[in-house]
Amino acid sequence: MDKAALIKTVNEALAEEFEIEISALVPDAKIKDTLDIDSLGLVDMVALVDGLFGVKIQAHEITGILTFENLYDYIDKNIKG
Amino acid sequence: MKRRVVITGMGIYSCLGKNLEEVCKSLYEGKSGIVFDPSRKELGFRSGLTASLAMPKLKGILSRNQRVYMAEQCNYAYLATDEALKNAKIDGDYLASHETGLLYGNDSSADAIMKSIDTMREKKDTTMIGSGAIFQSMNSTVTMNLSCIFKLKGINLTVSGACASGSHAIGLGRMLIQTGLQECVVCGGAQEVNPYSIGSFDGISAFSVRENDPAAASRPFDRDRDGLVPGGGAATVIIESYESAVKRGAPVLAEITGYGFSSNGDHISVPNVDGPCRSLKMAISEAKIDIRTIGYVNAHATSTPVGDANEAKAIANVFGDHRPEVTSTKSMTGHEMWMAGASEIVYSMLMMKNGFIAPNLNFENPDSDSVKLNIPATRVNKVFDTFLSNSFGFGGTNSTLIVKDIK
Repeated sequence: MDKAALIKTVNEALAEEFEIEISALVPDAKIKDTLDIDSLGLVDMVALVDGLFGVKIQAHEITGILTFENLYDYIDKNIKG
Repeated sequence: MKRRVVITGMGIYSCLGKNLEEVCKSLYEGKSGIVFDPSRKELGFRSGLTASLAMPKLKGILSRNQRVYMAEQCNYAYLATDEALKNAKIDGDYLASHETGLLYGNDSSADAIMKSIDTMREKKDTTMIGSGAIFQSMNSTVTMNLSCIFKLKGINLTVSGACASGSHAIGLGRMLIQTGLQECVVCGGAQEVNPYSIGSFDGISAFSVRENDPAAASRPFDRDRDGLVPGGGAATVIIESYESAVKRGAPVLAEITGYGFSSNGDHISVPNVDGPCRSLKMAISEAKIDIRTIGYVNAHATSTPVGDANEAKAIANVFGDHRPEVTSTKSMTGHEMWMAGASEIVYSMLMMKNGFIAPNLNFENPDSDSVKLNIPATRVNKVFDTFLSNSFGFGGTNSTLIVKDIK
Protein backbone atom coordinates (compact mmCIF):
# COMPACT_ATOMS: atom_id res chain seq x y z
CA MET A 1 0.00 0.00 0.00
CA ASP A 2 1.42 3.39 -0.93
CA LYS A 3 1.58 6.11 1.69
CA ALA A 4 -1.25 8.20 0.22
CA ALA A 5 -3.62 5.24 0.20
CA LEU A 6 -2.56 4.37 3.72
CA ILE A 7 -3.30 7.88 4.96
CA LYS A 8 -6.68 7.88 3.24
CA THR A 9 -7.62 4.54 4.80
CA VAL A 10 -6.50 5.64 8.28
CA ASN A 11 -8.28 8.98 8.09
CA GLU A 12 -11.56 7.55 6.86
CA ALA A 13 -11.57 4.94 9.62
CA LEU A 14 -10.66 7.41 12.36
CA ALA A 15 -13.25 9.93 11.17
CA GLU A 16 -15.95 7.29 11.28
CA GLU A 17 -14.93 5.74 14.61
CA PHE A 18 -14.43 9.00 16.47
CA GLU A 19 -17.15 10.94 14.65
CA ILE A 20 -15.09 13.90 13.50
CA GLU A 21 -14.68 15.74 10.22
CA ILE A 22 -12.03 14.12 8.07
CA SER A 23 -10.67 17.58 7.24
CA ALA A 24 -9.47 17.88 10.85
CA LEU A 25 -7.05 15.01 10.33
CA VAL A 26 -3.94 16.84 9.17
CA PRO A 27 -0.43 15.40 9.60
CA ASP A 28 0.84 17.73 12.31
CA ALA A 29 -2.35 17.77 14.39
CA LYS A 30 -2.20 16.22 17.85
CA ILE A 31 -4.09 12.90 17.91
CA LYS A 32 -5.65 13.10 21.38
CA ASP A 33 -6.77 16.70 20.98
CA THR A 34 -8.13 16.21 17.50
CA LEU A 35 -10.00 13.00 18.23
CA ASP A 36 -11.09 14.33 21.64
CA ILE A 37 -9.92 11.15 23.37
CA ASP A 38 -8.05 10.19 26.50
CA SER A 39 -5.97 7.07 27.13
CA LEU A 40 -9.11 4.92 26.87
CA GLY A 41 -9.79 6.27 23.40
CA LEU A 42 -6.23 5.45 22.39
CA VAL A 43 -7.04 1.79 23.07
CA ASP A 44 -9.76 2.01 20.42
CA MET A 45 -7.34 3.66 18.01
CA VAL A 46 -4.80 0.87 18.57
CA ALA A 47 -7.50 -1.76 18.00
CA LEU A 48 -8.65 0.02 14.87
CA VAL A 49 -5.14 0.14 13.39
CA ASP A 50 -4.59 -3.51 14.25
CA GLY A 51 -7.87 -4.45 12.62
CA LEU A 52 -7.14 -2.47 9.44
CA PHE A 53 -3.48 -3.26 8.88
CA GLY A 54 -2.51 -6.07 11.25
CA VAL A 55 -0.12 -3.57 12.84
CA LYS A 56 0.01 -3.82 16.60
CA ILE A 57 1.15 -0.61 18.26
CA GLN A 58 3.09 -1.68 21.34
CA ALA A 59 2.19 -0.11 24.67
CA HIS A 60 5.67 1.36 25.16
CA GLU A 61 5.56 2.90 21.69
CA ILE A 62 2.21 4.65 21.91
CA THR A 63 3.72 7.48 23.95
CA GLY A 64 5.87 8.39 20.94
CA ILE A 65 2.90 8.62 18.60
CA LEU A 66 1.61 12.10 19.23
CA THR A 67 0.58 13.38 15.80
CA PHE A 68 -1.13 11.83 12.81
CA GLU A 69 2.18 12.06 10.97
CA ASN A 70 3.72 9.87 13.70
CA LEU A 71 0.84 7.42 13.29
CA TYR A 72 1.08 7.20 9.49
CA ASP A 73 4.84 6.69 9.72
CA TYR A 74 4.50 3.98 12.37
CA ILE A 75 1.98 2.03 10.32
CA ASP A 76 3.98 2.49 7.12
CA LYS A 77 7.11 1.21 8.80
CA ASN A 78 5.50 -1.81 10.43
CA ILE A 79 2.96 -2.89 7.83
CA LYS A 80 3.64 -6.28 6.30
CA GLY A 81 3.86 -6.64 2.57
CA MET B 1 -39.49 11.88 62.37
CA LYS B 2 -39.17 10.38 58.90
CA ARG B 3 -39.51 12.80 56.04
CA ARG B 4 -42.19 12.44 53.37
CA VAL B 5 -40.94 11.25 49.97
CA VAL B 6 -42.70 12.26 46.78
CA ILE B 7 -42.45 11.49 43.08
CA THR B 8 -41.79 14.59 41.00
CA GLY B 9 -40.90 13.12 37.62
CA MET B 10 -41.19 9.99 35.51
CA GLY B 11 -39.82 8.70 32.24
CA ILE B 12 -40.11 5.47 30.32
CA TYR B 13 -38.92 3.64 27.23
CA SER B 14 -40.72 0.33 26.79
CA CYS B 15 -42.47 -1.91 24.30
CA LEU B 16 -45.60 0.15 24.98
CA GLY B 17 -44.01 3.38 23.80
CA LYS B 18 -40.97 5.62 23.76
CA ASN B 19 -42.28 8.15 26.28
CA LEU B 20 -45.00 8.71 28.88
CA GLU B 21 -47.59 9.87 26.39
CA GLU B 22 -47.20 6.90 24.06
CA VAL B 23 -47.15 4.44 26.95
CA CYS B 24 -50.27 5.93 28.52
CA LYS B 25 -52.12 5.57 25.22
CA SER B 26 -51.05 1.93 24.89
CA LEU B 27 -52.15 1.17 28.45
CA TYR B 28 -55.51 2.82 27.84
CA GLU B 29 -56.03 0.85 24.64
CA GLY B 30 -54.81 -2.41 26.14
CA LYS B 31 -52.16 -2.84 23.48
CA SER B 32 -49.77 -5.77 23.60
CA GLY B 33 -46.06 -5.18 22.92
CA ILE B 34 -45.30 -8.87 22.36
CA VAL B 35 -44.09 -10.31 19.05
CA PHE B 36 -42.63 -13.52 17.65
CA ASP B 37 -38.96 -13.20 16.70
CA PRO B 38 -37.96 -16.04 14.34
CA SER B 39 -34.24 -15.30 14.82
CA ARG B 40 -34.53 -16.66 18.36
CA LYS B 41 -35.54 -20.04 16.98
CA GLU B 42 -32.38 -20.06 14.87
CA LEU B 43 -30.43 -19.58 18.11
CA GLY B 44 -32.09 -22.66 19.59
CA PHE B 45 -34.68 -20.93 21.73
CA ARG B 46 -37.61 -22.99 22.94
CA SER B 47 -39.73 -19.83 22.62
CA GLY B 48 -39.32 -17.08 20.03
CA LEU B 49 -41.62 -14.70 21.90
CA THR B 50 -40.31 -11.36 23.10
CA ALA B 51 -41.31 -7.77 23.70
CA SER B 52 -40.53 -5.57 20.72
CA LEU B 53 -38.76 -2.25 21.09
CA ALA B 54 -36.40 -0.36 18.82
CA MET B 55 -32.85 0.46 19.83
CA PRO B 56 -32.72 4.24 20.40
CA LYS B 57 -30.57 6.29 18.07
CA LEU B 58 -28.51 8.50 20.37
CA LYS B 59 -25.90 9.58 17.82
CA GLY B 60 -26.22 13.34 17.66
CA ILE B 61 -27.68 13.43 21.18
CA LEU B 62 -24.74 11.98 23.09
CA SER B 63 -21.12 12.13 21.96
CA ARG B 64 -19.20 9.10 20.76
CA ASN B 65 -17.15 9.24 23.97
CA GLN B 66 -20.34 9.01 26.02
CA ARG B 67 -21.99 6.29 23.94
CA VAL B 68 -18.98 3.97 23.72
CA TYR B 69 -19.34 2.93 27.39
CA MET B 70 -23.08 2.30 27.24
CA ALA B 71 -24.49 -1.22 27.13
CA GLU B 72 -27.81 -1.74 25.37
CA GLN B 73 -29.95 -1.09 28.43
CA CYS B 74 -28.10 2.16 29.18
CA ASN B 75 -29.58 3.62 26.00
CA TYR B 76 -33.10 2.97 27.25
CA ALA B 77 -32.18 4.25 30.73
CA TYR B 78 -30.72 7.45 29.31
CA LEU B 79 -33.92 8.33 27.47
CA ALA B 80 -36.16 7.40 30.41
CA THR B 81 -34.02 9.48 32.77
CA ASP B 82 -33.83 12.45 30.43
CA GLU B 83 -37.63 12.45 30.21
CA ALA B 84 -38.00 12.05 33.98
CA LEU B 85 -35.63 14.91 34.80
CA LYS B 86 -37.39 17.21 32.35
CA ASN B 87 -40.72 16.12 33.79
CA ALA B 88 -39.42 16.97 37.28
CA LYS B 89 -38.12 20.34 36.04
CA ILE B 90 -34.56 19.45 37.01
CA ASP B 91 -31.84 20.90 34.79
CA GLY B 92 -28.05 20.79 34.67
CA ASP B 93 -27.70 23.79 36.94
CA TYR B 94 -29.72 22.08 39.65
CA LEU B 95 -27.71 18.87 39.35
CA ALA B 96 -24.45 20.81 39.50
CA SER B 97 -25.38 22.47 42.76
CA HIS B 98 -27.22 19.65 44.56
CA GLU B 99 -26.01 16.19 45.54
CA THR B 100 -28.61 14.22 43.58
CA GLY B 101 -28.40 10.46 44.01
CA LEU B 102 -28.81 7.56 41.60
CA LEU B 103 -30.15 4.11 42.48
CA TYR B 104 -31.00 1.97 39.47
CA GLY B 105 -32.00 -1.64 39.17
CA ASN B 106 -30.00 -3.78 36.77
CA ASP B 107 -28.96 -7.40 37.08
CA SER B 108 -27.18 -8.35 33.87
CA SER B 109 -25.19 -7.07 30.95
CA ALA B 110 -24.83 -10.26 29.00
CA ASP B 111 -24.55 -8.94 25.46
CA ALA B 112 -21.49 -6.81 26.24
CA ILE B 113 -19.81 -9.66 28.10
CA MET B 114 -20.51 -12.11 25.31
CA LYS B 115 -19.10 -9.81 22.63
CA SER B 116 -15.90 -9.12 24.56
CA ILE B 117 -15.33 -12.81 25.22
CA ASP B 118 -16.00 -13.64 21.56
CA THR B 119 -13.37 -11.07 20.54
CA MET B 120 -10.89 -12.36 23.11
CA ARG B 121 -11.28 -15.92 21.89
CA GLU B 122 -11.00 -14.95 18.23
CA LYS B 123 -8.19 -12.39 18.38
CA LYS B 124 -6.18 -13.73 21.34
CA ASP B 125 -5.47 -10.11 22.13
CA THR B 126 -7.37 -8.25 24.84
CA THR B 127 -6.62 -4.81 23.35
CA MET B 128 -8.88 -5.73 20.45
CA ILE B 129 -11.83 -5.85 22.85
CA GLY B 130 -11.74 -2.05 22.90
CA SER B 131 -12.20 0.52 25.62
CA GLY B 132 -15.96 0.33 26.06
CA ALA B 133 -16.40 -3.33 26.94
CA ILE B 134 -15.39 -3.22 30.59
CA PHE B 135 -17.82 -0.40 31.31
CA GLN B 136 -20.58 -2.07 29.33
CA SER B 137 -20.03 -5.46 30.94
CA MET B 138 -20.41 -4.61 34.59
CA ASN B 139 -23.72 -4.89 36.39
CA SER B 140 -23.36 -1.24 37.35
CA THR B 141 -23.13 -0.14 33.72
CA VAL B 142 -26.36 1.84 33.95
CA THR B 143 -25.47 3.81 37.06
CA MET B 144 -21.86 4.45 36.00
CA ASN B 145 -23.02 5.85 32.67
CA LEU B 146 -26.01 7.87 33.89
CA SER B 147 -24.01 9.42 36.72
CA CYS B 148 -21.35 10.63 34.29
CA ILE B 149 -23.76 11.83 31.59
CA PHE B 150 -26.06 13.73 33.95
CA LYS B 151 -23.23 14.76 36.35
CA LEU B 152 -24.93 13.29 39.41
CA LYS B 153 -23.10 13.82 42.69
CA GLY B 154 -25.04 11.91 45.35
CA ILE B 155 -25.20 8.17 46.00
CA ASN B 156 -24.27 6.20 42.90
CA LEU B 157 -25.29 2.57 43.17
CA THR B 158 -26.81 -0.30 41.21
CA VAL B 159 -29.42 -2.46 42.88
CA SER B 160 -29.32 -6.08 41.78
CA GLY B 161 -32.31 -7.85 43.22
CA ALA B 162 -33.34 -10.00 40.29
CA CYS B 163 -36.86 -9.15 39.09
CA ALA B 164 -37.45 -6.90 42.09
CA SER B 165 -34.40 -4.70 41.34
CA GLY B 166 -36.29 -1.63 40.13
CA SER B 167 -38.75 -1.74 43.01
CA HIS B 168 -36.02 -2.11 45.63
CA ALA B 169 -34.13 0.80 44.01
CA ILE B 170 -37.14 3.05 44.61
CA GLY B 171 -37.72 1.72 48.12
CA LEU B 172 -34.08 2.16 49.12
CA GLY B 173 -33.92 5.62 47.55
CA ARG B 174 -36.95 6.55 49.61
CA MET B 175 -35.18 5.41 52.79
CA LEU B 176 -32.17 7.62 52.02
CA ILE B 177 -34.48 10.60 51.63
CA GLN B 178 -36.59 9.73 54.67
CA THR B 179 -33.50 9.76 56.85
CA GLY B 180 -32.16 13.00 55.40
CA LEU B 181 -29.09 11.52 53.70
CA GLN B 182 -30.36 12.61 50.29
CA GLU B 183 -32.82 15.24 49.10
CA CYS B 184 -33.41 13.83 45.65
CA VAL B 185 -32.63 10.46 44.08
CA VAL B 186 -32.99 9.33 40.47
CA CYS B 187 -34.41 5.80 40.73
CA GLY B 188 -35.32 3.25 38.13
CA GLY B 189 -34.73 -0.05 36.46
CA ALA B 190 -33.29 -1.17 33.13
CA GLN B 191 -33.46 -4.43 31.21
CA GLU B 192 -31.55 -5.56 28.13
CA VAL B 193 -33.69 -7.18 25.44
CA ASN B 194 -31.10 -8.98 23.30
CA PRO B 195 -31.59 -12.76 23.04
CA TYR B 196 -28.23 -13.64 24.57
CA SER B 197 -29.23 -12.16 27.90
CA ILE B 198 -32.10 -14.56 28.40
CA GLY B 199 -31.15 -17.72 26.51
CA SER B 200 -30.40 -19.40 29.82
CA PHE B 201 -33.81 -18.31 31.14
CA ASP B 202 -35.46 -19.84 28.07
CA GLY B 203 -33.41 -22.95 28.74
CA ILE B 204 -35.23 -23.70 31.98
CA SER B 205 -38.60 -23.72 30.16
CA ALA B 206 -39.84 -20.59 31.88
CA PHE B 207 -41.18 -18.92 28.72
CA SER B 208 -44.56 -19.23 27.07
CA VAL B 209 -44.55 -21.22 23.83
CA ARG B 210 -47.84 -19.84 22.55
CA GLU B 211 -45.98 -18.63 19.46
CA ASN B 212 -48.94 -18.72 17.09
CA ASP B 213 -50.61 -15.87 18.96
CA PRO B 214 -47.97 -13.56 20.52
CA ALA B 215 -50.46 -11.05 21.95
CA ALA B 216 -52.20 -13.88 23.82
CA ALA B 217 -49.01 -15.44 25.19
CA SER B 218 -48.60 -13.39 28.36
CA ARG B 219 -51.73 -14.20 30.34
CA PRO B 220 -51.15 -13.59 34.05
CA PHE B 221 -53.62 -15.27 36.38
CA ASP B 222 -55.41 -17.02 33.49
CA ARG B 223 -56.03 -20.73 33.96
CA ASP B 224 -54.25 -21.59 30.70
CA ARG B 225 -51.05 -19.58 31.20
CA ASP B 226 -47.91 -21.44 30.19
CA GLY B 227 -45.02 -19.17 31.10
CA LEU B 228 -43.69 -15.64 30.84
CA VAL B 229 -42.57 -13.59 27.85
CA PRO B 230 -39.29 -11.66 28.24
CA GLY B 231 -39.39 -7.89 27.82
CA GLY B 232 -37.26 -4.87 28.61
CA GLY B 233 -36.43 -1.20 28.32
CA ALA B 234 -36.06 1.25 31.19
CA ALA B 235 -38.10 3.37 33.54
CA THR B 236 -37.06 6.23 35.79
CA VAL B 237 -38.79 8.02 38.64
CA ILE B 238 -37.43 11.11 40.36
CA ILE B 239 -38.09 10.97 44.07
CA GLU B 240 -37.36 13.69 46.59
CA SER B 241 -38.28 15.05 49.94
CA TYR B 242 -41.60 16.83 50.05
CA GLU B 243 -39.84 19.91 51.40
CA SER B 244 -37.32 19.93 48.54
CA ALA B 245 -40.05 19.51 45.95
CA VAL B 246 -42.16 22.33 47.35
CA LYS B 247 -39.14 24.61 47.80
CA ARG B 248 -38.13 24.39 44.17
CA GLY B 249 -41.68 24.49 42.84
CA ALA B 250 -41.51 20.98 41.38
CA PRO B 251 -44.56 19.09 40.19
CA VAL B 252 -45.53 16.93 43.18
CA LEU B 253 -47.18 13.93 41.56
CA ALA B 254 -47.60 11.41 44.36
CA GLU B 255 -46.18 10.24 47.67
CA ILE B 256 -44.49 6.90 48.28
CA THR B 257 -46.14 5.99 51.55
CA GLY B 258 -44.99 2.42 52.03
CA TYR B 259 -42.11 0.08 51.23
CA GLY B 260 -42.11 -3.52 52.32
CA PHE B 261 -39.58 -6.22 51.64
CA SER B 262 -38.81 -9.79 52.57
CA SER B 263 -36.88 -12.84 51.55
CA ASN B 264 -38.58 -16.20 51.15
CA GLY B 265 -35.57 -18.05 52.55
CA ASP B 266 -36.71 -20.96 50.47
CA HIS B 267 -36.27 -22.18 46.88
CA ILE B 268 -34.13 -20.36 44.30
CA SER B 269 -36.82 -20.18 41.61
CA VAL B 270 -40.11 -21.35 43.09
CA PRO B 271 -41.86 -18.55 45.00
CA ASN B 272 -43.89 -19.22 48.12
CA VAL B 273 -46.82 -17.46 49.77
CA ASP B 274 -45.36 -16.49 53.13
CA GLY B 275 -42.58 -14.26 51.78
CA PRO B 276 -44.82 -12.09 49.58
CA CYS B 277 -47.40 -11.89 52.40
CA ARG B 278 -44.78 -10.46 54.74
CA SER B 279 -43.64 -7.94 52.12
CA LEU B 280 -47.23 -6.79 51.53
CA LYS B 281 -47.98 -6.52 55.22
CA MET B 282 -44.80 -4.56 55.93
CA ALA B 283 -45.61 -2.02 53.19
CA ILE B 284 -49.20 -1.62 54.41
CA SER B 285 -48.10 -1.31 58.01
CA GLU B 286 -45.45 1.25 57.15
CA ALA B 287 -47.92 3.28 55.10
CA LYS B 288 -50.21 3.38 58.15
CA ILE B 289 -53.28 3.16 55.95
CA ASP B 290 -56.59 1.38 56.04
CA ILE B 291 -56.20 -1.34 53.43
CA ARG B 292 -59.59 -0.29 52.00
CA THR B 293 -58.02 2.91 50.71
CA ILE B 294 -55.96 0.88 48.22
CA GLY B 295 -57.87 1.19 44.97
CA TYR B 296 -55.63 -0.82 42.68
CA VAL B 297 -53.01 -3.56 42.97
CA ASN B 298 -50.37 -3.88 40.26
CA ALA B 299 -49.38 -7.50 40.65
CA HIS B 300 -45.99 -8.99 39.94
CA ALA B 301 -47.73 -11.91 38.17
CA THR B 302 -45.56 -12.93 35.25
CA SER B 303 -47.82 -15.59 33.70
CA THR B 304 -46.03 -18.56 35.22
CA PRO B 305 -48.19 -21.31 36.72
CA VAL B 306 -46.77 -21.38 40.26
CA GLY B 307 -45.76 -17.73 40.61
CA ASP B 308 -49.16 -16.31 39.75
CA ALA B 309 -50.98 -18.84 41.91
CA ASN B 310 -48.87 -18.05 44.97
CA GLU B 311 -49.16 -14.29 44.48
CA ALA B 312 -52.94 -14.65 44.14
CA LYS B 313 -52.96 -16.56 47.43
CA ALA B 314 -50.84 -13.86 49.09
CA ILE B 315 -53.01 -10.97 47.85
CA ALA B 316 -56.22 -12.76 48.84
CA ASN B 317 -54.74 -13.56 52.24
CA VAL B 318 -53.66 -9.98 52.95
CA PHE B 319 -56.64 -8.14 51.46
CA GLY B 320 -59.36 -10.41 52.84
CA ASP B 321 -62.80 -9.21 51.84
CA HIS B 322 -61.50 -5.98 50.30
CA ARG B 323 -61.23 -6.72 46.60
CA PRO B 324 -59.67 -3.84 44.66
CA GLU B 325 -58.89 -4.40 40.99
CA VAL B 326 -55.77 -6.50 40.56
CA THR B 327 -53.99 -6.58 37.20
CA SER B 328 -50.61 -7.46 35.84
CA THR B 329 -49.37 -5.04 33.20
CA LYS B 330 -47.04 -7.86 32.15
CA SER B 331 -50.01 -9.10 30.14
CA MET B 332 -49.09 -6.25 27.76
CA THR B 333 -45.35 -5.82 28.29
CA GLY B 334 -44.14 -9.30 29.09
CA HIS B 335 -41.79 -9.57 32.04
CA GLU B 336 -39.51 -6.54 32.16
CA MET B 337 -37.43 -8.16 34.91
CA TRP B 338 -34.78 -5.80 36.37
CA MET B 339 -36.85 -2.90 35.03
CA ALA B 340 -40.27 -4.17 36.07
CA GLY B 341 -40.42 -2.79 39.60
CA ALA B 342 -39.79 0.72 38.28
CA SER B 343 -41.80 0.51 35.07
CA GLU B 344 -44.83 -0.80 36.91
CA ILE B 345 -44.73 2.21 39.23
CA VAL B 346 -44.76 4.39 36.11
CA TYR B 347 -47.59 2.38 34.51
CA SER B 348 -49.64 2.53 37.72
CA MET B 349 -48.96 6.25 38.11
CA LEU B 350 -50.17 6.89 34.56
CA MET B 351 -53.33 4.94 35.25
CA MET B 352 -53.94 6.70 38.58
CA LYS B 353 -53.35 10.14 37.10
CA ASN B 354 -55.67 9.42 34.19
CA GLY B 355 -58.47 7.59 35.98
CA PHE B 356 -58.33 4.12 34.50
CA ILE B 357 -57.01 0.62 35.10
CA ALA B 358 -55.52 -1.06 32.06
CA PRO B 359 -56.85 -4.52 31.25
CA ASN B 360 -55.23 -7.71 32.43
CA LEU B 361 -55.06 -8.99 28.87
CA ASN B 362 -55.94 -12.59 28.14
CA PHE B 363 -57.62 -13.23 31.48
CA GLU B 364 -60.28 -15.54 30.11
CA ASN B 365 -60.72 -18.13 32.83
CA PRO B 366 -59.64 -17.92 36.45
CA ASP B 367 -58.01 -20.80 38.26
CA SER B 368 -58.80 -21.82 41.83
CA ASP B 369 -56.54 -19.06 43.20
CA SER B 370 -57.13 -16.14 40.84
CA VAL B 371 -60.90 -16.59 41.18
CA LYS B 372 -60.54 -15.03 44.62
CA LEU B 373 -59.26 -11.77 43.12
CA ASN B 374 -61.01 -8.96 41.23
CA ILE B 375 -59.16 -9.16 37.91
CA PRO B 376 -60.60 -7.09 35.05
CA ALA B 377 -59.89 -8.41 31.55
CA THR B 378 -61.01 -5.14 30.02
CA ARG B 379 -60.16 -1.55 30.89
CA VAL B 380 -61.87 -0.13 33.96
CA ASN B 381 -62.52 3.59 34.08
CA LYS B 382 -61.99 4.31 37.75
CA VAL B 383 -60.66 7.13 39.87
CA PHE B 384 -58.40 5.85 42.64
CA ASP B 385 -55.82 7.60 44.76
CA THR B 386 -53.70 4.81 46.21
CA PHE B 387 -52.11 1.76 44.62
CA LEU B 388 -49.87 -1.07 45.69
CA SER B 389 -47.22 -2.59 43.43
CA ASN B 390 -45.56 -5.98 43.95
CA SER B 391 -42.21 -7.14 42.59
CA PHE B 392 -40.70 -10.53 43.33
CA GLY B 393 -37.50 -12.15 42.13
CA PHE B 394 -35.33 -15.24 41.95
CA GLY B 395 -33.80 -16.22 45.25
CA GLY B 396 -37.05 -15.22 46.94
CA THR B 397 -36.52 -11.47 47.08
CA ASN B 398 -39.76 -9.52 47.48
CA SER B 399 -40.54 -5.81 47.33
CA THR B 400 -43.81 -3.94 47.71
CA LEU B 401 -44.41 -0.22 47.23
CA ILE B 402 -47.50 1.83 48.07
CA VAL B 403 -48.07 5.14 46.32
CA LYS B 404 -50.68 7.79 47.11
CA ASP B 405 -51.80 10.43 44.65
CA ILE B 406 -51.21 14.11 45.31
CA LYS B 407 -53.43 16.42 43.30
